[in-house]
Amino acid sequence: MQNTSPPNVAKWQIWVVERPLISLFASLLILFAFAFGASKLYFDGDYRVFFGPDNPQLQAFERMQNVYSKSDAVSFIIAPKSGNVFSDQTLSQIHQMTKESWQTPYSTRVDSITNFQHTRAEEDDLLVEDLLLETNLLSPEKKDAIRQVALTQPELLNKLVGENGAVTIINVTVQLPEIDPLTEGPAVAAFAKELKTKYEALYPDTDIRMSGMVMLNDAFASYSQSDSSTLVPGMFLAILLMLAFLLRSILSTIASLAVIIATIAATLGVSGWLGIPLTTPTVNVPTIVMTLAVADCVHIISSMLLAMRRGETKKQAIHSSLGINLKPVFITSVTTAIGFLSLNFSDSPPLRDLGNLVAVGMLFAFLFSITLLPALLSIMPIKVKAQPNPSANMARFALWVIKKQKQVLGFGIITVIALASQAPNNQVNDDALKYFSTDTTFRQDSDFMAEHISGMTTLEFGLDSGASNGINDPAFLSRLAEFTEWLRAQPETDHVLSLTDTIKRLNKNMHGDDPSQYRLPDEKELAAQYLLMYEMSLPYGLDLNNQINIDKSATRIVATFKNLGSIEILALEHRANTWFEQHAPNLQVDIASTSSMFAHVGERNMGSMLIGTAFALVLISALLGVALRSWRLGLISLLPNILPGLAGFGLWALVNGEINLALSIVSSLTLGIVVDDTVHFLSKYQHARKQGQNTEQSVIYAFTSVGRALVITTLVICVGFGILTQSNFAMNADMGLLTSIVVMIALLIDLLILPAFLLVFDRKPKLTTSIETSNTEPKLTSLANP
Amino acid sequence: MKKIYLPISLTVALMSTAVISPVLASDDQGLTIMQERKLRDTGWRSNEATLEMRLTNAQGQTSTRNLRMKSLEVKGDGDKSLSIFDTPHDVKGTAFLSFSHVTGADDQWLYLPALKRVKRIASRNKSGPFMGSEFAYEDLSSFEVEKYNYRYLGEADIGGEKTWKIENIPTDQYSGYSKLITWIDQQHYRVLKTEYYDRKSALLKTLTFSNYQAYEVRQELDGENKRFWRANLLAVENHQTGKSTQLNFSEYRFDTGLSEADFNKSKLKRAR
Repeated sequence: MQNTSPPNVAKWQIWVVERPLISLFASLLILFAFAFGASKLYFDGDYRVFFGPDNPQLQAFERMQNVYSKSDAVSFIIAPKSGNVFSDQTLSQIHQMTKESWQTPYSTRVDSITNFQHTRAEEDDLLVEDLLLETNLLSPEKKDAIRQVALTQPELLNKLVGENGAVTIINVTVQLPEIDPLTEGPAVAAFAKELKTKYEALYPDTDIRMSGMVMLNDAFASYSQSDSSTLVPGMFLAILLMLAFLLRSILSTIASLAVIIATIAATLGVSGWLGIPLTTPTVNVPTIVMTLAVADCVHIISSMLLAMRRGETKKQAIHSSLGINLKPVFITSVTTAIGFLSLNFSDSPPLRDLGNLVAVGMLFAFLFSITLLPALLSIMPIKVKAQPNPSANMARFALWVIKKQKQVLGFGIITVIALASQAPNNQVNDDALKYFSTDTTFRQDSDFMAEHISGMTTLEFGLDSGASNGINDPAFLSRLAEFTEWLRAQPETDHVLSLTDTIKRLNKNMHGDDPSQYRLPDEKELAAQYLLMYEMSLPYGLDLNNQINIDKSATRIVATFKNLGSIEILALEHRANTWFEQHAPNLQVDIASTSSMFAHVGERNMGSMLIGTAFALVLISALLGVALRSWRLGLISLLPNILPGLAGFGLWALVNGEINLALSIVSSLTLGIVVDDTVHFLSKYQHARKQGQNTEQSVIYAFTSVGRALVITTLVICVGFGILTQSNFAMNADMGLLTSIVVMIALLIDLLILPAFLLVFDRKPKLTTSIETSNTEPKLTSLANP
Repeated sequence: MKKIYLPISLTVALMSTAVISPVLASDDQGLTIMQERKLRDTGWRSNEATLEMRLTNAQGQTSTRNLRMKSLEVKGDGDKSLSIFDTPHDVKGTAFLSFSHVTGADDQWLYLPALKRVKRIASRNKSGPFMGSEFAYEDLSSFEVEKYNYRYLGEADIGGEKTWKIENIPTDQYSGYSKLITWIDQQHYRVLKTEYYDRKSALLKTLTFSNYQAYEVRQELDGENKRFWRANLLAVENHQTGKSTQLNFSEYRFDTGLSEADFNKSKLKRAR
C-alpha cells in the first residue's frame, strides 16, 4: 500500500489519501463547526441594508425623518374594470376598505378619497367632513361633487386619484416600532395581502394592486427567498448534469457534490457566525460559491482521471493530481478571492458582504478540494475505461490558431477594441424599482401605478427659515410657493405636497370660498392662525409634524415624480439646488429621500468599484508575476485579464447600457475568475518554453494540457451565472448575464488572442539545454515546479 | 370579591338612573363606579385655569404653548369650554369655544384675531388631535356616563393607591378608540391613569393624572361645600409614535362667576 505513494509528497497528502476515513471525519468536524453558524442566519429585506451607517444620503434622510414624521406605507391601487372609480359600487368598496384598512398592524393613518377631510365654507361656517361619509345615499349629484373635489384638490389629484378618475389609491401609513424588524414589516404585508384577496373576492369587477415601501421591502424579502428556493436547486441540478456529462463518472460527480455542499454550508455558517444577514445581493453567495468550487473539483478530478487512463492506480493518480494541481488551484483561489475582496471598495454594505463571503467560500472550496475530495475519491470505487486521447480536438484547434495567427490576432484585437470602445457609453442607473424583474407582480403593480397615478420616485425638500415660527413669515411662504410652482412645472413631476397649498386653501375658505382669495396671506399672524386652525381640524392619525417641524421653523415639501433613473434624479436635484441658489440663497435646504439615496449610492459605487478593480488588477498581476517568475509574462497576462471586462461592458452598452449597483461589481468579480484561465494557460505555455520548446510547440502543449479543462470550467461558470438570469431581481439577472458574457469573452481571448499574441510577439528563443524533452508527450505539470 | 359600599340613598338614585339610561352592555359594578365618579364631580359649576402645553417629539425636541381655559358645567350634556391662546406670540388672542355633546358632533367656534372673524367649525372630528397635541378632543371633553359601556376588570394599585380597573367601550361610532382602560382610585373616584386602545385594539397611548388638588365649591342646594379634585399634571405618551404631551395646569379657580353668557360666540372677539 504505502509503496504506491510517491516519496516526495507532503505528509497531509498521505493522510488524506491513505487514511481517508480519518481525514473525512476531520473535514466533517471542521465543516459542522462552521456550518452550525448557519442556524443564526436571517433574511433582511429592508431596503436600508444597501446603505452604510455613514452614507451621507442615509444620514440626511434620517435627519429628515427625525424632524418630520417617520413612517412607511402600503398602498392599495384600486382599478375598477369600468374605468370609473366614482361609481356606487367602487365608492362603497373604497369606503369599506378604508375602514377595514385601519385594522392593519402598526397602522397610524389611512387615507383615501372617501375619508379625505374636505373643507368648505358656508357663510361664516367652516365645514370639515369626510368627502364620503355615508355610502347609502349616493345621488348622482353627490357622486359628481365627489368627483369634482377629488379631481381638483391638489392633495388628492395625482396622489390618491389619477387624472381621468379611473384609478385610485388607499394609502395606509404604518409606524413600525422597529423592536423586531424581521416580523413587523412582514406582518403588515401579510395583512395587506389578505385584505387584497378578500376584496378581490367581494368585488370581482375591480383589480387591486399593491405598492409602497412596506411592499418594496416585502418584495425584496419574498423574491429573494423564492430565488434561493428555485435557483439554488436548479443550479445544483444543472451542475450535476454537466459534471456527470463532462467527467463521465457518476461517483466523481457525487464527490464533487459533497465538496460543493460542504463549501456552501461552511460559507453560510461563517455568515451566520459573523451576524451577516442574507440580503438581496448575498442571497447569490451559494450560487456563486458553488460555481467557483466546481472549478477546483474539475481540475483535480480530471487530472486524476487522466492519470488513471494512462494506467496509474487510483491512489497514484490522486497523488499525482494533487501534486500538479495544488499550486495552480491555490493561486487561482487566491486571485479569485482577491477579485471578490476588492468589493470592499463598494459603498453598499451587502455588496461588501457578498465579496467577503465569496472570498471565504473560495478558501473553503480550496480546503475541501484538497482534503474532503481526495478522501472521498480514495474511498469510492472509481474505475475508468481507456479512452482515445481527448486532447486531439484541442491539438487540431491549436494548429489552426498557429496557421491563422495573424488573422486571428488582427481580427480578434479589432473586435475587442471595437467592443471596448463602447464601454464608456454605459450609464449608471440605480432605481430600487428596476432591481425587480418585469416578471414580478411588484414591478408590474408599481409600473401600473406610475402609469395611472404617480411614480415611486420621491424627493423631500426640507426648508429651514432659521427662526422659531419662521414658516409663517410671508417672505418665507412666498419663496415656498414659488418653489412649489417651479417643482410643479418640471416635466418629471407628478405631485407636490406643500404647505402653501393648505394655507392658500384656508385663506379661500375663510373668505367664503371666494376663488380670488386662493392666495397667501400678507401677515405673519394670519398665516400662524390659519395654521393653528388647520391643526385643530386635522383628523385622527394626522398632525402637522409630517410637514412642519415641532418648532415651526422648517417645513418639508414632498414631491413625487414619474419613475426616474438615477441620472435624472441627480440632474433634478442639481436643478433644484440651482433654483435655491438663485432665488432663495438664504434658505437652508436639505434634499433627501430613498430615491436620492439609491441614485447617489449607484453613482459613488461605480467610482469606488473602478478603484477597487484597479487595486485588484495591480495585486493580481503582481501575484502572477511572482508566481510565473517572469515580468514579461506578467505583463502579457494583463492583456487577457483586462480585455474581457472592457469588451464585456462594451457589449453590455450595446444590449442594455445601464449599470446598477450589482453590475458595477462585475468588473472586479470577473477579474478574479478570468485570471484563472490565464494562469492555467500561461503556466503550461511557460513550462513548455522552459523545456526548450519553441512558441508553436508550447502553444500546442498549453492547448492540449489545459484547453479542455478551461472550456469545461468556463461552461460551468456560464451555466452557473446564467441561472442567475432567471432571478426575480433584474439586478441579479443582469449581474449573472454580464458575468457569463465576460467569462465567455475571456475564454475566447485566452484560446484565440492570447496564443496568437504569443505566437506573433514571443518569438525570442529560450536559452535552455534540455531540448531532448521537446518531443516527449505533453504532461500536466505543476505551475512553478522546476 | 370586594364589595363596594355606597350610601343607601345613592344606591337607590343610581338604580333609578340605571333603569332610564340607555347603557345596556355595561356590567353593574363598572357602571356603578362610573356613575359615582360622575356624581362626585357634579356641581362645580365653572372654573378657570392657566395651562402650559408642552409637546415633545420622538427625538425629545419640545415646543410649548400657553393658554387659558374656562369651563362651564352643563347638566345633562357635555360641558362648555373656552380656550384662549397667550403664546406663541403670532397666535395670541386666538380663542376656541367648544360645546361638547354626549351624542353627535360638538359645536365649535374659532376666533382668529388677525382676521377679526368668528368662524363656526362643523366637524365630527372628536378623535382628531387637540391643538396638535397627543390628546384627542374626546380625551379632554367632559366625562359623561353615557359615552361608554363599562366592564369591571378588578382592583389594582397605582402609586400605593387602591384603584378599580374598568374597561370603557365608546358608544360613539366616531370615537377613535376601540376601548379605554381607566384606573379609578377607590377613595375619591379620581382617574389616575387611562390607557387608550386604537381601532385595531393596539395600545395607543397612556394618560397619567398627577398632582391632584382639591377645591371646595359651595353647593346651591344645601349650602354645603363640596370637594372637587383636579389633577395639575396630565401627561400622555403615544406608544406608537413616541411623541408625548404634558398639560401643566396652574391657578385653578372655581366658581369665578362665569355664566352661559361668557360662553357665547359673540363674546369670542372680546375674550381675554
